[in-house]
Amino acid sequence: MPTEPIPFTRRKANAPAPVNDVHIIWITAGLSCDGDSVSVTAAEQPSIEDVILGAIPGLPKVHLHNAVLAYEVGDDFMKYFYQAERGEIDPFVLVVEGSIPNEDVKDEGYWAAMGTNPDTGQPITTTEWIDRLAPKALAVVGAGTCATYGGIHAMAGNPTGAMGLADYLGWDWRSKAGLPIVNVPGCPVQPDNFMETVLYLLFQASGLAPMIPLDEQLRPTWLFGKTVHEGCDRAAYYEQDDFSIEYGSSKCLVKVGCWGPVVNCNVTKRGWMRGVGGCPNVGGICIGCTMPGFPDMFMPFMDEPSGARFSTAALTLYGKMIRSLRAITNRTVNGEPEWRRRGRELITGYQPRHGAYVTRPQRKAA
Amino acid sequence: MDMHWDPITRIVGSLGIFTKIDFENKQVAECNSTSSIFRGYSIFMKGKDPRDSHFITSRICGICGDNHATCACYAQNMAFGVKPPNLGEWIVNLGEAAEYMFDHNIFQDNLVGVDFCEQMVKETNPSLWDKAQKKEAPNAKIHGFKTIADIMTALNPFTGTFYRETLEVSRLTREMFCLMEGRHVHPSTLYPGGVGTVATVQLFTDYLVRLMKYVEFMKRCVPLHDDLFDFWYEALPGYEKVGERRILLGCWGSFNNPDKCDYRYENMSDWGRAMFVTPGIIVDGELVTNDLVDINLGIRILLGSSYYDDWQNEETFVKTDPLGNPVDKRHPWNQTTIPRPQKRDFNGNYTWVMSPRWLDKRTGDHLSLDTGGGPIARLWSTALSGLVDIGYIKSTGHSVQINLPKGALLPETSFEWKIPKWSNAIERDRARTYFQAYAAAAALFFCEKAMEELMAGRSKTWAPFKVPEEAISCGFHEAVRGVLSHHVVIREGKIANYHPYPPTCWNANPRDVYGTPGPYEDAVQNTPLFEENGPANFKGIDIMRTVRSFDPCLPCGVHMYLGNGKVLETRHSPMFGSMKGK
Repeated sequence: MPTEPIPFTRRKANAPAPVNDVHIIWITAGLSCDGDSVSVTAAEQPSIEDVILGAIPGLPKVHLHNAVLAYEVGDDFMKYFYQAERGEIDPFVLVVEGSIPNEDVKDEGYWAAMGTNPDTGQPITTTEWIDRLAPKALAVVGAGTCATYGGIHAMAGNPTGAMGLADYLGWDWRSKAGLPIVNVPGCPVQPDNFMETVLYLLFQASGLAPMIPLDEQLRPTWLFGKTVHEGCDRAAYYEQDDFSIEYGSSKCLVKVGCWGPVVNCNVTKRGWMRGVGGCPNVGGICIGCTMPGFPDMFMPFMDEPSGARFSTAALTLYGKMIRSLRAITNRTVNGEPEWRRRGRELITGYQPRHGAYVTRPQRKAA
Repeated sequence: MDMHWDPITRIVGSLGIFTKIDFENKQVAECNSTSSIFRGYSIFMKGKDPRDSHFITSRICGICGDNHATCACYAQNMAFGVKPPNLGEWIVNLGEAAEYMFDHNIFQDNLVGVDFCEQMVKETNPSLWDKAQKKEAPNAKIHGFKTIADIMTALNPFTGTFYRETLEVSRLTREMFCLMEGRHVHPSTLYPGGVGTVATVQLFTDYLVRLMKYVEFMKRCVPLHDDLFDFWYEALPGYEKVGERRILLGCWGSFNNPDKCDYRYENMSDWGRAMFVTPGIIVDGELVTNDLVDINLGIRILLGSSYYDDWQNEETFVKTDPLGNPVDKRHPWNQTTIPRPQKRDFNGNYTWVMSPRWLDKRTGDHLSLDTGGGPIARLWSTALSGLVDIGYIKSTGHSVQINLPKGALLPETSFEWKIPKWSNAIERDRARTYFQAYAAAAALFFCEKAMEELMAGRSKTWAPFKVPEEAISCGFHEAVRGVLSHHVVIREGKIANYHPYPPTCWNANPRDVYGTPGPYEDAVQNTPLFEENGPANFKGIDIMRTVRSFDPCLPCGVHMYLGNGKVLETRHSPMFGSMKGK
């Protein structure tokens, strides 16, 4: 056994001292369906138990407080939220799931709440919890499109005035550790995308990673830097102007409502779980569920996206030509070279030293 | 003494339970439940394209979103007059079967199971732990755990071996789901008219190989739970009273039979009975009806003490159904949702949830049906109707036989779920395990039917349709935790009215205008308490087991609080953990 701790060479000399314990305080009480919590139980890269049981080197001890998975109930569960508010739990990562309702659009009552205020007997609103906890958090993470940008519950005509975390806290908001809000969109969030972001933040808290790289919409760049189309195994059909006009086909779905060419998401590369499933790669049109403009800018979902009509029309001549040229080559490579046959002659091009059998010299491979 | 647990964890959603406990008589005297979110689906869906409804309503629930999407597609199919190709229907059935296999599995052993684990039992009933260590598990040879205590240890969160195995199995089953419906929990490949899933030989190979692993898992899982639950009755005599309520069960049927289902309302009674989980309403152990048209017309939405204005003076959208039967003003087709947010007032309005009831024409009663978390109602209804007979599953009129084929290591195995004596917490939980096996057995049948279609060259999975200017329609399905209906009115090609009714609305609602309590309240009230802790460190484990036996998912329902009766015991004491002394 080595006497010194493992040095972790990627640790910078000037990095802050690594922390031993990190709490994850997870508010599921936005306007949500809890689908992001459920989704995260499907993650394997890493899994929840990998993180909690310390399966990855360099991680601090992680204490997860999530209502779907907690052992504790009621006040036993809520006590961590109060401790975090009082600064007794430090550091902690605040995860918010669900859209943030606008509690100011009405005179009284509440749209979303968690726990009961012992003084008033009234529920404590979710926005109040965010106000209490966000200033104390090491980082604030939005899990899923509701928390990040508003999502389904922020659809036109909604009664609650729902919005995303950055709309509520401000897009320039910084945590006490200087981190912007970290958005991991998706409806629900892709399981591994979320857990990998948490893993990165834990590495960062341990001084094993620099500031998390985020784009303008506050998404991790390595997860959301490419479009659905760029990772889609049906993109070749698009290139060849070979579009499906019905569902259930294995061709490109752009003409029946797929928004993949303009949507930032890695689901076609990563699949949904262990590479299984996804969206356009398995026959589901991309409805833009990771995007700030979701859902309104993509509805009605099953119509061809307006922009696609022009770009696919421009492709017609090129696509058809490519398709026919490839068909010719495809037929060629579907045949075998001629030397694979029975008979006395060896015509592979090999020149034996002993003329034991008949050869035809100097054949070139086809 | 007033005690409350807010939030109730290890469920999906925001539920709080407020009770009055009679510690002297070890009994719950009164129960009030509350949940805390309003989102307004019925409001923001108005005016939207009816083809979008399954994408939108999937987002109602984060654990059974696909059940909503499927139910919405059923309603779309009826409205658009489209019958999907048989292969498309088998694929939906395979996806939904995987959802039951996954969801019941993770809920049973990663969420409910914790209430039965070593850590919990040691904290709440130390004497039970002693008994469990001495009690040999009758089915030890099959599942490998020597004593009941060994099973309890295996259920400890994260460190328990069975807990971790279940978590792994929950991933395997979700992969099966993703093969058929694209993504979990909001599917990508479901559409009105069928599915976008590309049906290939590989699709079914990938599914079947995983399914057989689950079948092998179930051969161990069912006997394990039988051992565990039987021990509770044996070690704690009287435990059958925990969570018991009158037998008032509803099941709306699941797994359409494509050979029978044409999605025409006029034929709904027939194709409803042809479903592979039979719909039915069971009152005091007796089957009242298995006719989906009767079921549909009997639904009533009562207001109770909720934050809504009544819709009595609003528009009546549907006067008669397509068969000419009158449709009530309080039926979901005619509901108008008008929220009025206000302070929570236990003497006035205190809930966002209305009270769904079923009008029993024989008696004129508005029945407060429950789903028992889904499986107990599905098995009971299927057993009584005696209609399902597909080899892997046979309904006998008094039980359901489940036959699982030989696998790599375990032999052919049959289970029989017999109608229990009670509708209580333990039997709701036990039925869940049996229904996991039922779903696996049904999936084996669907897989065969799907491959039969594919190999006969019928590989289409989707059929085209046109959206009509005007239509009314409904979808009936079983969400994982019970009855699910979607009611739609289409005008000028847009959604004019849309009301989904998920299971937790049926289970977790407050007293209605007639004073009839909702099922949770009913089941928790008068529950005897077996917990050995006194008021000081009371966990309320028997109440938790009762509530969780219904498999609550509050994003669907959102908001309850029930009752406000007298305080049995008033005591001034400091705060003790989960307890609030008054």
